[in-house]
Amino acid sequence: MLPPLGKDLTALEYLSADQIRLILDTAEPFKEVSERQIKKVPALRGKTIVNLFFEASTRTRISFEFAEKRLSADTVNVAHSGSSVSKGETLVDTARNLEAMHIDMVVIRHPSSGSAEFLGKRIRSSVINAGDGKHEHPTQGLLDILTLRDKFGKVEGLKVAICGDLLHSRVGRSNIHGLTKLGAEVAVCGPASLMPRDVESLGVTVIPHIEDAIQWADALNILRLQLERMTAGYVPSQREYNRVFGLSTARLDRAPKDLVIMHPGPMNRGVEIDSEVADGPHSVILPQVTNGVAVRMAVLYLLAGGAPDWAQGGGSE
Amino acid sequence: MDERAIARCLARMASEIVERARGTEQLVIVGIQRRGVELAARLKRLIDDAESSHIAFGKLDITLYRDDLQAVGPRPMVGETTLPELDGKTVIVVDDVLYTGRTVRAALDECADFGRPRRILLCVLIDRGGRELPIQADIIGVTISTGAGDRVDVLVRELDGEDAVAVVRGT
Repeated sequence: MLPPLGKDLTALEYLSADQIRLILDTAEPFKEVSERQIKKVPALRGKTIVNLFFEASTRTRISFEFAEKRLSADTVNVAHSGSSVSKGETLVDTARNLEAMHIDMVVIRHPSSGSAEFLGKRIRSSVINAGDGKHEHPTQGLLDILTLRDKFGKVEGLKVAICGDLLHSRVGRSNIHGLTKLGAEVAVCGPASLMPRDVESLGVTVIPHIEDAIQWADALNILRLQLERMTAGYVPSQREYNRVFGLSTARLDRAPKDLVIMHPGPMNRGVEIDSEVADGPHSVILPQVTNGVAVRMAVLYLLAGGAPDWAQGGGSE
Repeated sequence: MDERAIARCLARMASEIVERARGTEQLVIVGIQRRGVELAARLKRLIDDAESSHIAFGKLDITLYRDDLQAVGPRPMVGETTLPELDGKTVIVVDDVLYTGRTVRAALDECADFGRPRRILLCVLIDRGGRELPIQADIIGVTISTGAGDRVDVLVRELDGEDAVAVVRGT
């Protein structure tokens, strides 16, 4: 029997509301593990996990590594440079070779959309998507939703505006799928050049001006302006972007209520978000990072076979 | 067992705990999730009422310390763990049913990650035999003999609406 989550976690799009809630509920007790003096439980003892990162990452990679180590798994990191990938080995060959060394799970970040799912269908080990191109970044979506749930007590009915580069953002996409499944209202806000053409089909409304998004929302998730997009001509300049879409205290002061401010990092201070806002009292940017470890522990634990017995019986052992 | 039988049992166990620990100083009472927590809370109340004490109380979830993650089949939801200072204390670990001993083994491992108690005593409402590890209880409510196919259901008011112990014989 497969646990209710299945073998892989590749996208929040494929999960049900119940499965998302299961991960969030499982993450709760894991928060406490990271606050212990001995930050380690033996749940994944003897499991071998490979972190396969074909793209630069500090936060996500370190967060996964902490999560793995705090569950007592053995971990190996493979980066793009310095591995045989740079000699031209294909993704599947790399993974099959790893599997021949009897690994249990692969955490993969890759520049191509769909690569995690592609890999999951070709190897026996569990595959966790740590960001695949412009597609999804499910654990980031989950940690954002957990942070909102911590702050507001529930997700249902919450108004969340996701602002910035929706076109290239896997964080945005995972947030949209996860939040709408849990009954939140989601709006997107950003330059038309950085808005996917069919974005409404994901169940969101488009608010073209950030001033209007601030009036409407309970929480703002500010996406990183991917500076490498600048050369491609999507936005005229960083200064221009900041003037039209940057989140400043001046703009936030006109909000009818205190808004919760999120950012998945790494931040471009003074571009999509001003320092006073990022470091301000309503920012939950660092709690997001703390929750990231707990959410990843929950995902690893559930995929490794810790999924619960939905039909629980009485009190015997 | 009905409500009154359980209440009598717990009252006796509470005084046995104080006796075994030679008083309530340095005493910590820890319940194993989930029904062990309710029983531990009641034992704490009984002891505090009788001794005018405020003994430290904790909850222990052993799900992450189990030895059977590999085995086929789903697990219970991971619960909350909150433990007070354990160093140098006499820790009473409370559970509803003692059976294979694997839960207790996990609980001992988890306690060791939180500190170094001077002593740990095991207190269970029902000892149903069938041990798979060399573990024994120090304070026991009732000992019953059961087979591997039987089920022992402990119900507590806080979670199940009533206090009762029932043995469901397997076929």
